[in-house]
Amino acid sequence: MADTADQEHESAPEPVTLHGCPLTVAFGQRVLHVPRDQYIKVVKALLGDGFEMCTDVTAVDYLQSPQRSLPEGIAPERFEVVIVLRSLLDRAIIRIRVQVPEADPSIATLFDMYPGSEAMEREVYDMFGITFTDHPDLTRILMPEDWEGHPLRKDYEVGRIPVQFKGAPN
Amino acid sequence: MSIIETIQQGNEPEQGLKPRSELTARELMREIGSVLRMSEAEVAKLGELPADPADDQTMIINMGPQHPSTHGVLRLMLELQGETVLRCKPVIGYLHTGMEKTGETLSYLQGPTNVTRMDYLSPFSNELVFSLAVEKLLGIEDEIPERATWIRMLLAELNRVSSHLLFMATNGMDLGAVSMMIYGWREREEVLRFFQTLTGLRMNHNFIRPGGVAADLHAGWYDEVMRLFDVIEPRLDEYDTLMTGQPIWRERLQGVGVITAQEAIALSATGPILRSTGVPWDLRRDAPYLRYAELDFDIIVGSYGDAFDRYAIRLAEIRESLKIVRQILDRMPGGDYRIQDKKVTPPPRARIDESMEALIHHFKIFTEGFKVPEGEVYVAVESARGEIGCYIASDGSSKPYRMHVRGPSFVNIQCLPHMMRGGLIADAVAVISSVDPVLGEVDR
Repeated sequence: MADTADQEHESAPEPVTLHGCPLTVAFGQRVLHVPRDQYIKVVKALLGDGFEMCTDVTAVDYLQSPQRSLPEGIAPERFEVVIVLRSLLDRAIIRIRVQVPEADPSIATLFDMYPGSEAMEREVYDMFGITFTDHPDLTRILMPEDWEGHPLRKDYEVGRIPVQFKGAPN
Repeated sequence: MSIIETIQQGNEPEQGLKPRSELTARELMREIGSVLRMSEAEVAKLGELPADPADDQTMIINMGPQHPSTHGVLRLMLELQGETVLRCKPVIGYLHTGMEKTGETLSYLQGPTNVTRMDYLSPFSNELVFSLAVEKLLGIEDEIPERATWIRMLLAELNRVSSHLLFMATNGMDLGAVSMMIYGWREREEVLRFFQTLTGLRMNHNFIRPGGVAADLHAGWYDEVMRLFDVIEPRLDEYDTLMTGQPIWRERLQGVGVITAQEAIALSATGPILRSTGVPWDLRRDAPYLRYAELDFDIIVGSYGDAFDRYAIRLAEIRESLKIVRQILDRMPGGDYRIQDKKVTPPPRARIDESMEALIHHFKIFTEGFKVPEGEVYVAVESARGEIGCYIASDGSSKPYRMHVRGPSFVNIQCLPHMMRGGLIADAVAVISSVDPVLGEVDR
């Protein structure tokens, strides 16, 4: 088994940056840690670099596991939005991690640059309650529209919620 | 009031397609079906359409969730003007069972049982991508025995064949070629029979696991696969005779559900949809995993991006996959079918009787599972429908802290509003069918 701590150390002495944001390598994959206020600017720059496809948008709720290795200057927050961009021409892939605080769980939408992020951002909203500013249709996508709570949050209990569908007998 | 204000007040906005009278031109412009193709002037014209509400020029109807040609429980809300589809919105979630949440409570060894049920038509891709992600986190991806890797490729390719054969069947059924439906199912059953002999199950195999595969190939597997060639290959030529050259079939599919390469990339479409627009993008070649780099196969691309191209691509991909399977048969190496790392692989049954240590390992693996180092990883493979990705964040315990699957169907159905815009409602069936969504993966 590879020691992950060693890999982190190798990249530690010389901080690599891309568009002003720290770039780390985890398991051979490039990860860009972007502050929330520079998010749109950096993604725009990456789109200019040829990352023309937004492959995946997801999020992680680090409520129960706040410690994780992040580069210097990036403070861990409860939520983390993870975006995977692909460049078809260069056959390159890059992952972006954005820290989103619990107090204000919102982030800008990528819809204007990548219309394909629409459903994936709706899923993140539905599952984590992270709102995407200026998203054209920010509604629940997988859960019913009158559902309470956001199921993939870590403080959402499994299996204790009564059925919430409209008109179901209690 | 903006959507976010509505949410902050504790009200959830409605999911359905809103009537035109409740939308502004700007909102119409940002609708996913129109965002790529319409100018502001066109949107303004569209927004003006129901000037007189009493004069019902358009209507919103539901197609599904119980419509037979929506491949499951897909519900489409369509705005029609006569027979023309003006707007379309897929409403999904009817099959949502919280598999990603379930995945957080299952150990890494139990994980494949869960993910294999997502895309139930190509379960091996799901198991494969999950196992590759776990192996990457464990750092053992270079230690997986050769035989396990080649067995995985054999299964993935045969699964692509069975999945595309099912597409042939359902595509034929949706368009009225009912005999094609019977033929497609018949040939798929031959492939599933091989899966059943090998894994014990026709679908949802839980066969590819972190560390290798669950069992070695059974005696006589070679002849069974050879028999598949004898059965399927001549019948593919029959499909060509029955469908490809047939004028009704071509009339029904050509020029329907057109999408350009730029639009497909913008909408994050992958798989046969992206390739039908002429973009030669296939992860097997462009981001090689397993041993695909050593194999000789072609990426099939179309040129018009219509439903016929997507049909033709899938038919040709069956042939390409069979070509790959032939090479795998020739090169199948000997050796072990799973990694001999005591922490990951349960000991063989015989060892348990004679070794106390083996018994302890067996017990620990099946009660606690194995611990996976901290980190996060995204791994993607090419399934029959496009890029299936698995994102795992591990906190160092024996269960994934977060397990996310990027389902190709989930992303690909975003193309539906775009492909249907301006088409006929009768073509809507052809368009849904050509996208080939699996609702188990859409909703997860």
